[in-house]
Amino acid sequence: MSFDLLVSVSLVYVGLLFVIAYWAERRALKGGVRWLRSPLVYTLSLSIYCTAWTFYGAVGYASRSGLEFLTIYIGPTLVLIGWWWCLRKLVRIGRSQRITSIADLISSRYGKSALLGGMVTVIAVVGTTPYLALQLQSVTLSFGVFAEGTPGSFPVPDQRATAVWVAVGMAVFAILFGTRNVDANERHHGVVTAIALEALVKLFALLAVGIFIVWGVAGGIGAVAERINASPLATIPLDRSRWLALIFVSGAAILVLPRMFQVLVVENEDERHLATASWAFPLYLAAMSVFVIPIAAVGMSELPSWANPDLFVLTLPLAHGHDLLALLAFLGGFSSATSMVIVAAIALATMISNHIVLPLWLSLRAEAPGNLRLVLLTSRRLSIAGVLALGYVYYVWSGGGRELAAIGFVSFTGVVQVMPAVVGGIFWRGATRIGAAIGVSLGALVWAYTLFLPSFGPDVILPARVFAEGPFGLGWLRPHALFGIEGLDPVVHAVIWSMAVNCTGFLLGSIASFPTPLERLQGAQFVNVFDYSRGPRGWSQSKAEAEDLLIMAQRILGPLEAQDLFAEEARIQGKAGFLPDTTPDFLDRLERELAGSVGAATAHAMIGQIAIGTTVSVEDLMAVADEAAQIMEHSIQLQAKSEELSRTARQLREANQKLTELSVQKDSFLGQISHELRTPMTSIRAFSEILMDGAGMEAEERQRFATIIHDEAERLTRLLDALLDLSVLEHGQASLNCDTVRLRDVIARALAATGSVQPGAGMAIRRDTLDEDILIHTDTDRLAQVFINIIANARKYCDAAEPQLRIVATRRGGSVAIDFIDNGSGIPVQSQSVIFEKFCRLSDQSAAGSAGLGLAICREIMQKLGGSIAYLPGQGGAAFRVTLPVGISERAA
Amino acid sequence: MSAPRPPLFLERESYRHRRLVDASRIVPVFGMILFFVPLLWPQPEEAPSALAERGIYLFVAWGGLVAATAAISVRLQSRLRDEAGPAGETDVL
Repeated sequence: MSFDLLVSVSLVYVGLLFVIAYWAERRALKGGVRWLRSPLVYTLSLSIYCTAWTFYGAVGYASRSGLEFLTIYIGPTLVLIGWWWCLRKLVRIGRSQRITSIADLISSRYGKSALLGGMVTVIAVVGTTPYLALQLQSVTLSFGVFAEGTPGSFPVPDQRATAVWVAVGMAVFAILFGTRNVDANERHHGVVTAIALEALVKLFALLAVGIFIVWGVAGGIGAVAERINASPLATIPLDRSRWLALIFVSGAAILVLPRMFQVLVVENEDERHLATASWAFPLYLAAMSVFVIPIAAVGMSELPSWANPDLFVLTLPLAHGHDLLALLAFLGGFSSATSMVIVAAIALATMISNHIVLPLWLSLRAEAPGNLRLVLLTSRRLSIAGVLALGYVYYVWSGGGRELAAIGFVSFTGVVQVMPAVVGGIFWRGATRIGAAIGVSLGALVWAYTLFLPSFGPDVILPARVFAEGPFGLGWLRPHALFGIEGLDPVVHAVIWSMAVNCTGFLLGSIASFPTPLERLQGAQFVNVFDYSRGPRGWSQSKAEAEDLLIMAQRILGPLEAQDLFAEEARIQGKAGFLPDTTPDFLDRLERELAGSVGAATAHAMIGQIAIGTTVSVEDLMAVADEAAQIMEHSIQLQAKSEELSRTARQLREANQKLTELSVQKDSFLGQISHELRTPMTSIRAFSEILMDGAGMEAEERQRFATIIHDEAERLTRLLDALLDLSVLEHGQASLNCDTVRLRDVIARALAATGSVQPGAGMAIRRDTLDEDILIHTDTDRLAQVFINIIANARKYCDAAEPQLRIVATRRGGSVAIDFIDNGSGIPVQSQSVIFEKFCRLSDQSAAGSAGLGLAICREIMQKLGGSIAYLPGQGGAAFRVTLPVGISERAA
Repeated sequence: MSAPRPPLFLERESYRHRRLVDASRIVPVFGMILFFVPLLWPQPEEAPSALAERGIYLFVAWGGLVAATAAISVRLQSRLRDEAGPAGETDVL
């Protein structure tokens, strides 16, 4: 195969990628085709995790360390199948906050901090550079293989020249399709589609080589298994500490590697795609690694011992004369390298321009931003070129002769220093900017000292003496044996120390420091992202002129996009034209749109410059808090009101019921009273008619009739008196004539009035006059009336053979209770509740002279006097308790 | 007046959904257990080599995890679609 053919195939392949990317961009602009945004494309785009390190390096890695190479795929597999724990939240946050990069995520979480964003960017650039170098190295090596494999057909190309050309080609692609639009949060359909295609190419190529090796060379699965067990691979011991540490590092890396964050979170179209990727991507990883061990085993047995195992994927087909298969494998490796480099360059360029260039540019130029769009695009394009140039420099500097896997782990461990700040930030509200800054910087320092700087080899940056004796002869500071812990693998050593220092610094710093208000707001937004559908209310006042904002937005978003945005907002607000009111809502929205282009911190600062002239003030936050408090207060008020309403309704119901009862009572009262009035009237009329007619009546008989008429008239009078009395009492018109008197005297007067004390009165009275020696201040006549009524009732209704009445006076605190207890049969339980009602008569015995109003009057009187009268059950007879306030405090001797 | 109490038991659908989420959370734990088994393997100098068999074990475990995750995620995904709408903006817990 000629070198020219190889180059032309590569160029054709690159051309195809350009066409695909261009076509996808065009389709997406026109509204797109569905499958461009399908979960499948999303999953395939994740495959940039499998770089040339995977494609070539895995076989080399396996031939040196056996099964250990699997750790770099097991880590991501565990993270992906555990998507519900962490990835889902990360993607939701990325979408709701319009995150543009891993640096933007951290900056945004920790109060839109420009410092943290810059720090993370620097770490990402430093950590990714070796990785980019690795891709250049692998592509250059693979070119070299064809040169060596076919001696004489073309001269061995200058490796550095090849690397330059590869780097330039990738930069052009990344610039063309990665910086078409300034909004980094917008999906790069062209790039994503192209890398999805490359994902298929590399999977197909590796599977093809694997199938060829297993069935074409080794002769089936059984034969391969025998070869594997017989190969030197089988005797390689498994380093258990590396197994654990590398699973951890690769699992963390897939979350925080800038390029992985770009495809996982930033380019994510739809959260549900994650559900598909959660199983499809692990499947992809398994497929990519399933043939690695067979290829390594067969390669080691068939190829000379000096052959680089990193290149078995190419050299095995070549050795068997399958040039086309080797070409396919070459394209697979080429795809792996290019897709990784392109996405990494775009991600890093976004971070550099948003978190380093723009903040510097803004701080250097105090006046209103000029043509920011151009600044942004230029800085991104330059960043892409710069990042690739850095990769090339590293490649040249490191000599390009080292095994691929080792470079990969240096890179992983560096980038993973960001992980505690990310995971802590999205799960722990107490994480603060200071804690994150301390953790990330300490971790990065330890990583640089223990792994990154030593990775150049002795005497390149760190002198060999430092490796052997430690700096300044301090043995406990040797880069590969901190604090004298020797014998650990350098990577495991670096992971343990950097993570320990990083996490400790992060936790202690967070616990000891106090976050700014904006930080706390953002922390709540991130940690509780599933509870909030809206962003924070950052802007509460709007001195900003809509026109100024439009001018600025045009410079950043581009004129058309900005005008559309403003016009739409104006329409929503019900205005015509392009200038909406600068409501807090609109400022929020605009900030988020801008954040998609320039990152949260910068967008915030820029809106702040125009809108208020400063960033969010404490007053603004107070206003936000006030708003929330008002809403809460409002809801509390509402609840109180509804409680009050239901209470009123209950009262109304009760009142209504009472009214109904009263109406019934009134009706029955009217019925009763007409009956009561009618009975005596009837007999009066009847007897007066007899008298009128009876001329020849005897005098004695006439006398009798006249007596009856008189008695009935008297009864009527009594009834009317009682009614009048009751009416007066009930309507509160009765006036009281209060004086101070001894209770004993009142009772005696009542007894005398009822004729109970004369001999032969028929009822024995028991009383303790000493107990009754209580001075009371009350209306004596009314009280006597009550007593008389009760005593008369007792005399009237007591049915005992030897009736007796006990009168017991007891003083209780400020009141006195007088019990009247007879020894009759008492009042039946069911009647006890009605005896105080008007016209209530329990029996017809000696009904004459009773209107059934006595106890009703008693009750009214006692209420009037501030006391009460009640039936006292369980006393062995009818018993009434009269309670009344003493009115004066001293008790007579 | 106290706020109305949430019902003690969920609808059948939400109950199934929560159990699916539980399953989805537990799969990576099983994955860890399966992938940490190699830590228990004897080193080659202590026992006859069985690299091929060990590789087969790892890939079978891998396949099992992928199948389990696929079974759960596909069901979760259809529910996400039902509940979240096109943008997937609402939480489903």
